[in-house]
Amino acid sequence: MISFSNNISSQFLSDRVLLWSLRFFALIAGCLLFLIVIFLIHEAWPAVQQLGITSFFTDDAWYPTESLYLLTPMLWGTFLATLGAVILAAPIGILSAVFIHYYAPSLLAITYRRLIELLAGIPSVVFGLWGLVVLVPLIASWQPPGPSLLAGILILFLMILPTITLVIHSSLAHIPIAYIHNATALGLGRWSMIRKVILPSAKSGIFTGIFLGVARALGETMAILMVCGNVVQTPSDLFDPIRTLTANIALEMAYALGNHRSTLFVSGLMLMAMIVIFVLMAERLRYRETNAHAN
Amino acid sequence: MLTQTKNTEERVWTLMIWSSVGLISFGFLWILGDLLWHGWTQLSWNFLFSSPENSGREGGIGPILISTSLIIGVCMIIAWPIGLGTAIFLAEYTKDHHRFGRLIRGSLDVLAGVPSIVFGLFGNALFCQALGLGFSILSGGLTLACMVLPILIRTTEESFRAITSDQRLSAAALGFSRSTTIWCILLPAAMPGLLAGSILGLGRAMAETAALIFTSGYVGRMPESLLDSGRALSIHIYDLAMNVAGGNPNAYATAIVLVSLLIIINLVASWIADQWTTSNQLPNL
Repeated sequence: MISFSNNISSQFLSDRVLLWSLRFFALIAGCLLFLIVIFLIHEAWPAVQQLGITSFFTDDAWYPTESLYLLTPMLWGTFLATLGAVILAAPIGILSAVFIHYYAPSLLAITYRRLIELLAGIPSVVFGLWGLVVLVPLIASWQPPGPSLLAGILILFLMILPTITLVIHSSLAHIPIAYIHNATALGLGRWSMIRKVILPSAKSGIFTGIFLGVARALGETMAILMVCGNVVQTPSDLFDPIRTLTANIALEMAYALGNHRSTLFVSGLMLMAMIVIFVLMAERLRYRETNAHAN
Repeated sequence: MLTQTKNTEERVWTLMIWSSVGLISFGFLWILGDLLWHGWTQLSWNFLFSSPENSGREGGIGPILISTSLIIGVCMIIAWPIGLGTAIFLAEYTKDHHRFGRLIRGSLDVLAGVPSIVFGLFGNALFCQALGLGFSILSGGLTLACMVLPILIRTTEESFRAITSDQRLSAAALGFSRSTTIWCILLPAAMPGLLAGSILGLGRAMAETAALIFTSGYVGRMPESLLDSGRALSIHIYDLAMNVAGGNPNAYATAIVLVSLLIIINLVASWIADQWTTSNQLPNL
């Protein structure tokens, strides 16, 4: 790769103009993240200052009209829905990726991969619509009221499964063919080879996939808003309705004013902090993995 | 004895794998089949072009299609130059250890993970309030532009990096200025990748709901200017399903329209990407 960076001054005026305008665009793109963080903090600041951070965890309830801003039930909602979805999606995602590489006949592998990619492209509002019209009544006929933590977990599971599968799939594609040859030469069966050779060497890819899945589940809004019932409460079982942080923002932002609005920005910041941690962990693993393959 | 238990284990896991794949395929076909089953009867040319009536229970989605294309048009017009400029800068002017380049790449990686609802909050605070654009197509488009930038930049940068250095070397040997090299040689060569990336970004923008609820708003009328509030397809589905009793049939029909548009977009993108890889392998000089 030839790069111009080691010899940046040029005899052409047009080159200098171009370079400076490119730098300008890059600066805009690079600053966007900081701009977002600054705006969120700026909007969240009044609530933090007037109410104090602890009140979000110690107030009696979430009654914005009476200046009570307890965020813990929403945090539990987000946490439990994400946890449930990941517990379901991680093993099935791993098995799906393994299927594409080592079990499916080639035509079926391609078809199944296309199907997963298509699933990844379906907008969350369409998942929500299906959940609202099909899944929720189904749960209601078994364990009323229907809109529940369980519905949220199942919808999130379907939504993060493609992410997890596709990331693990691309990590499996990088495993050196010699590993497979050696395992076959040692007489290992297909599953033994996968469990003892393939999965351990794809470990960082698997975790990258899971972390990205968690990040997507934490940030998901529309689908979960449509199927979870949105009652502010800490759920005691799978069939209780819940409200997540994201749903809370989407539902109340339109009419929120003053501290109420500001508190919604606080919850947005919390959400962003959690997601950024997972994304950074995933990026770090991915970086390490590419380096490991390069050596 | 040993081989027998091994064989059982192998068989159990094979069964597990096939059944989880079956489960996923079943769920997927269920969703797709349900969409077609419920929405197909509502769909007609008239549905695509007429205005929604009775809060969307009757009538069609004409103004909503117009608003959606305006929002996406604004998004792409803003995101394209910034995305292209940044990608060229990252691919052509920064090495991997270049500090400014690394900083930008890192911040874009994080930006790609920021959830859409947070983009919505940001768009509401900056575009609707601080800049005084209110709930408008312009605010929505600008918010989406911020959202699609990372994906646009990543694919464009990759397509620039995929160009062999022979082309840069030959251009330099011929005494071309760098700007000429970039505009006349590298840009055409990277164009298919660039197009594929833009189309993917467009798809992501079209599927978006959460970032638009409180930036572009709910108004379902035909927009008269970019400063009018306009309802996107995805918001229309959400509103019909959640807030309008009896709105489900039209929500389903709108969902079919949205999903088919997205599938077409993805097919076009992967077709362009395929064309690109074949033409890269066989240079027709």
